[in-house]
Amino acid sequence: MYNTNETTLKIRALREAAMKILFTIAACVSILAVLLICVFIFANGIPAIAEIGVTKFLFGRTWKPNADIYGIFPMIIGSLYATAGAIVVGVPIGILMAIFMARFCPKSIYKIIKPFVELLAGIPSVVYGFLGIRILVPLIHSFFPEEKSGSGLLAASIMLGIMILPTIINVSESAIRAVPENYYEGSLALGATHERSVFFTVVPAARSGILASVILGVGRAIGETMAVIWVAGNAPIVPKGLMSSVRTMTSNVVLEMGYATGLHRDALIGTAVVLFVFILIINLCFSAIKRGTK
Amino acid sequence: MTISKKESINFIPLKTRVRGYIKHPLSLVLLLLVIGAAVIVVGLVAILIGHLLIKGVPHIKPELFEWKYTTTNLSMMPAIINTLIITLLSLVIAVPIGIFSAIYLVEYAKKGSKLVAIIRITTETLSGIPSIVFGLFGLIVFTTMIFKGYSIIGGALTLSIMVLPIIIRTTEEALMSVPDLFREGSFGLGAGKLRTIVRIVLPYAVPGILAGVILSIGRMVGETAALIFTAGTIAGVPTSVNRFGHTVLDVTGSGRTLALHLFELVQNPQTPTDRYFNAAYATAVVLLVLVVGINALSSFIARRLISKV
Amino acid sequence: MITNKIDIRNVNLFYGDFQALKDVSIPIAEKEVTAFIGPSGCGKTTLLKSLNRMNDLIADCRIKGEMLLDGENIYGNMNVDILRKRVGMVFQKPNPFPMSIYDNIAYGPRTHGIRSKSALDEIVEMSLKNAAIWNESKDRLKKSALGMSGGQQQRLCIARALSVSPEVILMDEPTSALDPISTGKIEELIFELKENYTVVIVTHNMQQATRISDKTAFFLLGEMIEFDTTVNIFNKPKFKKTEEYITGRFG
Repeated sequence: MYNTNETTLKIRALREAAMKILFTIAACVSILAVLLICVFIFANGIPAIAEIGVTKFLFGRTWKPNADIYGIFPMIIGSLYATAGAIVVGVPIGILMAIFMARFCPKSIYKIIKPFVELLAGIPSVVYGFLGIRILVPLIHSFFPEEKSGSGLLAASIMLGIMILPTIINVSESAIRAVPENYYEGSLALGATHERSVFFTVVPAARSGILASVILGVGRAIGETMAVIWVAGNAPIVPKGLMSSVRTMTSNVVLEMGYATGLHRDALIGTAVVLFVFILIINLCFSAIKRGTK
Repeated sequence: MTISKKESINFIPLKTRVRGYIKHPLSLVLLLLVIGAAVIVVGLVAILIGHLLIKGVPHIKPELFEWKYTTTNLSMMPAIINTLIITLLSLVIAVPIGIFSAIYLVEYAKKGSKLVAIIRITTETLSGIPSIVFGLFGLIVFTTMIFKGYSIIGGALTLSIMVLPIIIRTTEEALMSVPDLFREGSFGLGAGKLRTIVRIVLPYAVPGILAGVILSIGRMVGETAALIFTAGTIAGVPTSVNRFGHTVLDVTGSGRTLALHLFELVQNPQTPTDRYFNAAYATAVVLLVLVVGINALSSFIARRLISKV
Repeated sequence: MITNKIDIRNVNLFYGDFQALKDVSIPIAEKEVTAFIGPSGCGKTTLLKSLNRMNDLIADCRIKGEMLLDGENIYGNMNVDILRKRVGMVFQKPNPFPMSIYDNIAYGPRTHGIRSKSALDEIVEMSLKNAAIWNESKDRLKKSALGMSGGQQQRLCIARALSVSPEVILMDEPTSALDPISTGKIEELIFELKENYTVVIVTHNMQQATRISDKTAFFLLGEMIEFDTTVNIFNKPKFKKTEEYITGRFG
């Protein structure tokens, strides 16, 4: 009744082998993609950086494509300042919110609050940018009426701070939830209050997860484009204060790529090379921390 | 039967609680801090979404959904169609590759093999790359080298690389959630690996995979930076005339998605700007509803998966 | 004459550095029930799973020695899929596939190339009847198998194992997850199965071994201490270790 002859078995074995090869090839596509991205971005950016001069490119304070002067120091500093600002704005609120969600709020309130965080995570960055230009910039301007506009480092920091909130909240929350209950109970049994137990035993035990959430947030903030492009002011200068205009590396690319040609175009790709290196370093930190927890 | 609060002996009245906090002022401060953070986050979301809805919903008018975009109607309909086309094209490319990769990683790869380690590092790297870098890569390869200009297909290819790690990771998780009991049962009957995967493992993992695919749709619909220099910003569905004289869709032409449409309305408004901003508000509402709806659908399916197991 | 269906000769099995089986030899007779008993971690399940090469799934599992099915080397040129068709398996926890009762049974025959609806119908009915679950399932063949009770699910899994007409059925503690009544039904079934099949069963439950098996092998720490008829093992064991175990002094 059963057909177990040689040819059937051979065909079956052949099919198994062919599909295995196909699966393996598919798995290699992501390796290929990363390689291609690196090759093409670096191959276009690095010659330009070499032509301009590494120090002139990285530390030059003037960006004047019309005069063929390409110094991206203001943009590097701009990205770093804006990211630092995002950390100041987003990290404390994000972690406190994560603690609230994991350890303080009753289930009924959690069910209401969780969708709010999901909503925050779901807003596309271009919509964030639009809301920034319509709500945040006028609001900041009303506090500083003597300034020309409300856009600048402060607005960019707040925007990015809001954008990284869901990342920090979600990752920290699961890190806090993953802490074994006996830490908390041990502290409670010694007569500590609920708050003290959570903050001084549970949260420290979750610190590597919380740190990972911050690093993920930093990665998101430094690579974000659309949320800052309309609120940062975009002047290519090293910002001197919170209200000063700022241009990030990402904005630099989007603002000028549309019409750039020649060395100008390659200098913009060079900007992306620098951004890419920052991201790679952040990724390395992240996987180091993740490995540390395992 | 239940016991009322007052009856229960372990009920702590408010007064006792307040007294406790007076004894431990630090605890009170910490409590206020976390509640404060929650109020800020919830308030923030309420303000953002509320503002958008109040300003946007009244401007959602029929003319915004006319088939052709003009500078008088500012219709988002072509952009919606483009979004649909780009998303579909990207899925056709990314979903098989993503699922196949995950099958390799979960079902075939030996634990601790070098190749697996490299694939893990690259997918993690891929998921950390900012959209604008994907956009630049697409500009160099698809726009400049292959299609000689902005094109829907170039945008779709760029997006499919971008969402690949999402699909791989969620499919991996879905496959790993399939109990080994099922695999053993199938092998025990003499079924080969391929048949076990296709007939037993994949059907069981479908909800998880679907949740991942929908999540990646959400990401693509909301994406802007990766598309500006790949799909371009032309405000219409790209068409060309074929050799029979029919006007047909041409994926090698430029066309902007809904997110890009919003970007363009705000970035390059023409006078009077108010009209552009009103249309932008309406577009933002539609975009938000789409993306949030897609994400909600994804987590709904993912939750059903968890309750099933 | 009773012929040996399976011959296990001088088998040593390692998981990495850990030796799970030490020089084990057992002849398994055709159309008999052979029971493997012993405390947890003694290697009995490991041996069972190596008989239809389910250990292939585990990385760094190395086997030395010889295992023969009808005189043919199990680890030789034999096709694994065909081996597993000939040597079926029932697992510790019932593991029906998440599909209908009918499809569960039809899965095996379909795997081995049977497509015709009438042939499948026949196999499904025969298998369910042979596993003594036809009466309970004939009206709900299209319903999900996951809706059955644990005992029914296990008998379904036995039916599923029968569906590919195996010669040997391996059972890995098939009743350990079941209540006493379901256990009784499965034991009755095993007793009937040996009319047509060779059964090898791993069990924790010594009463079960005495009730259903013809021969018993006692394992301890990877060694096969004693192998004999079940009557002999439980009434006059040759070794002190065996006696201590079956009288419940350790285990």
